[in-house]
Amino acid sequence: MGFVWFWIVAVMIAAYVVLDGFDLGVGILSPFLARVEDERRTLIRSIGPVWDGNEVWLLAGGGTLYFAFPLLYASSFSGFYLPLMIVLWLLIMRGVSIELRMHIDHNVWRSFFDGLFFVASALLAIFFGAALANVIRGVPLGTDSYFFLPLWTNWRVGPQPGILDWYTVIGGVVALVSLATHGALWLVLKAPGELENRARRAASALWVALLLVTLISLPATIAVRPSALDNYEAHKILYLIPALVVATLVGILSFTRQRKPLAAFLSSCLYLVFMLVGAAVGLYPTLLPSSTDPARDITIATAITGSHSLHVGLIWWSFGLLLALAYIITSYRLFRGKVTAEAGYGH
Amino acid sequence: MNALLLDRIHFAFTVTYHYLFPQLTMGLALLMVVMKLIALRTGNDRWNQASRFWAKIFAINFLLGVVTGIPMEFQFGTNWSEFARRTGGVIGQPLAMEGVFAFFLESTFLGLFLFGEKRLSKLAHFGAAFMVFIGSWISGFFIIVTDAWMQHPVAYHLLPNNTYEVSSFWHFMLNPWAWLQYAHNMCGAVVTASFVVAATGAFYLLEKSHEEFGRLFLKIGVIAGLISCIVQIFPTGDFHGRYVAKYQPAAIAGMEGLFRTQKGAPVVLIGQPNENTQTIDNPVPINDVLSFLIYGTTSAEVKGLNEFPPDQRPEPLPLLYYSYHIMAGLGTWFLLLMLVAAVLLWRGKLYSARWVLWPILLSFPLPYIANTAGWMTAEIGRQPWLVYGLIRTSEGYSTHVSAGNTLFTLLGFLGMYSVLSILWIVVVYRFIRTGPAAAAVAIPTEAEHATLTTV
Repeated sequence: MGFVWFWIVAVMIAAYVVLDGFDLGVGILSPFLARVEDERRTLIRSIGPVWDGNEVWLLAGGGTLYFAFPLLYASSFSGFYLPLMIVLWLLIMRGVSIELRMHIDHNVWRSFFDGLFFVASALLAIFFGAALANVIRGVPLGTDSYFFLPLWTNWRVGPQPGILDWYTVIGGVVALVSLATHGALWLVLKAPGELENRARRAASALWVALLLVTLISLPATIAVRPSALDNYEAHKILYLIPALVVATLVGILSFTRQRKPLAAFLSSCLYLVFMLVGAAVGLYPTLLPSSTDPARDITIATAITGSHSLHVGLIWWSFGLLLALAYIITSYRLFRGKVTAEAGYGH
Repeated sequence: MNALLLDRIHFAFTVTYHYLFPQLTMGLALLMVVMKLIALRTGNDRWNQASRFWAKIFAINFLLGVVTGIPMEFQFGTNWSEFARRTGGVIGQPLAMEGVFAFFLESTFLGLFLFGEKRLSKLAHFGAAFMVFIGSWISGFFIIVTDAWMQHPVAYHLLPNNTYEVSSFWHFMLNPWAWLQYAHNMCGAVVTASFVVAATGAFYLLEKSHEEFGRLFLKIGVIAGLISCIVQIFPTGDFHGRYVAKYQPAAIAGMEGLFRTQKGAPVVLIGQPNENTQTIDNPVPINDVLSFLIYGTTSAEVKGLNEFPPDQRPEPLPLLYYSYHIMAGLGTWFLLLMLVAAVLLWRGKLYSARWVLWPILLSFPLPYIANTAGWMTAEIGRQPWLVYGLIRTSEGYSTHVSAGNTLFTLLGFLGMYSVLSILWIVVVYRFIRTGPAAAAVAIPTEAEHATLTTV
């Protein structure tokens, strides 16, 4: 049961990163790609009907994590108190900026929300990347499985780190670059005309940066957490995952060059998935490692909830997820194809 | 200020602010379905325009409900980690189910409802509105099941590591407390929406603009308002109150300010509880009524606060007392106002009766206050327990998050929500100023229609 729920939560987090990832990426790129009001509108319209649904994966994933691994939820959410609260504020600002910009036809009003949209999207990407890096690096868990991290200490990876240190900053940069690339590829797919060309050029330029930060992040991770390789050493076939990461990177570039935007975007989706799966394999069966004493690690066995709940949960979860997939496929099909600058319901 | 108190204020503030939005959207979702249904049955396009107008106001309130709702789920872990650790196996379930069953449904069909009117057939668009309504009401149900378990824990057992798990999924979902509370709460949401719709109608008639829509809004607002105000008091409020009296007698004593056990216990209409003297200052009591309401006989004995040891009395007591009295007092006012308005509507005199239109307009904030007061009654009445009889509030908070950090984020939320309030006022005011006639312009434009059909 623990194995199943570990991967259920992992899949939901991956779905969140892949789906909300592209609309975060659109936000990160918005000031650089859209130059006139029509283009800004097109940009927002490309994510308008779906961003809210994408964000639901965060809530559904968070709820599932709470349900399946209460100890992990309690420990990590309170220990990462400050960055999580900042993430909440950013999510509020971002949601508001997407919806409110179109309600008043005034350039100062719109510029304000455009700026907010960019800042909130970029910071969210950095915070999510840093959060994952924090989980990989480990935190100073107490004997009661709780901890509290300040935003930063001395920027070193030690037994008493902060949320931000050199390693987690790398994590933040990887997320920023990968989601920006992801967003650019989404726009190649959805945006018309000059915006599409600009997005394609951005994707090619970002690809170089993505290759670079990916190549830096792998050895950095092994340096920070050598035990991340244990599962890979035990099952050599798992080394296929980093190979697939490289393959998807190649896919992104070559499909972009061949003008196959859907294949390029899907490669980017898979890149994000394999990066996350690679990290999950490195951690398994640990959920939150201790930076001081491996005996204090929060593992599947220590965090999992009672088995009756889990069995019942598996039934409704499978049923609910099928329903959710049906809605999502319907929605993406209805709003498929290129978008235009024309307004939605707000005008 | 200590961390526990700050954590309580943190949650109370963020959840109170959050619930300003869902109480409108859940009620409005139902009224929009009714409007679409009337349009479908009569072919009168005015009702379609009315529903489009309310869809815009729905959308902005829905958005604010979503963004202020995310912090609620997070706060179980951030500020109440010990509570989360011990109860995740129980209440993590409805919270996860809310995401999987309600939020995906809501977000998808809201997109179709707002962006897809031209693309979809009339019946399919009605279906989208209906699914938004279902989604928001399912979402409300899972939250109430969560709260009901904290009020009246059922179907659980304790695991060796001092955490709880569900012992029977169906008994947990069919917790009678949850269904009573759900009926009372959803009816309260309809009251809020009815008053907002009716008050907008009254506003249009008083300012003599958009009068045709003013009459439509008043009609549907007053009829829905009268029904929901009656159901709010009887049966939902009455049944729920009796259940509280049975399982949380200390809460009832606190709500009524009953310091001493009494036969023929009174209901106090006005008066301030004085904890020093253990009496009510300048009380205006009606004797025997409380005994009658709870037990159906005027002579029944009702337990006072003196029956409970100090560490089992709800606190802060005066706030509990006032919350309950504000809720009940406003509920009475709503019923009177809607009765008068409904009689005038029936006689065909409402639309020119300025002496009723003004109170309707001025009353629109009151259901928000009543719903808030109702929730405060329920949650303060539950004190000093976090999960009634199982976990004390003082055992549930995150002890390793310092008071300074909690105050920092509380101030952050205060600031951010102040800004959201201003934005809300600006945007909703503009919608109401523009009026429903502008909503005649078809929601998506031709060009977007083309987009939707492009492969």
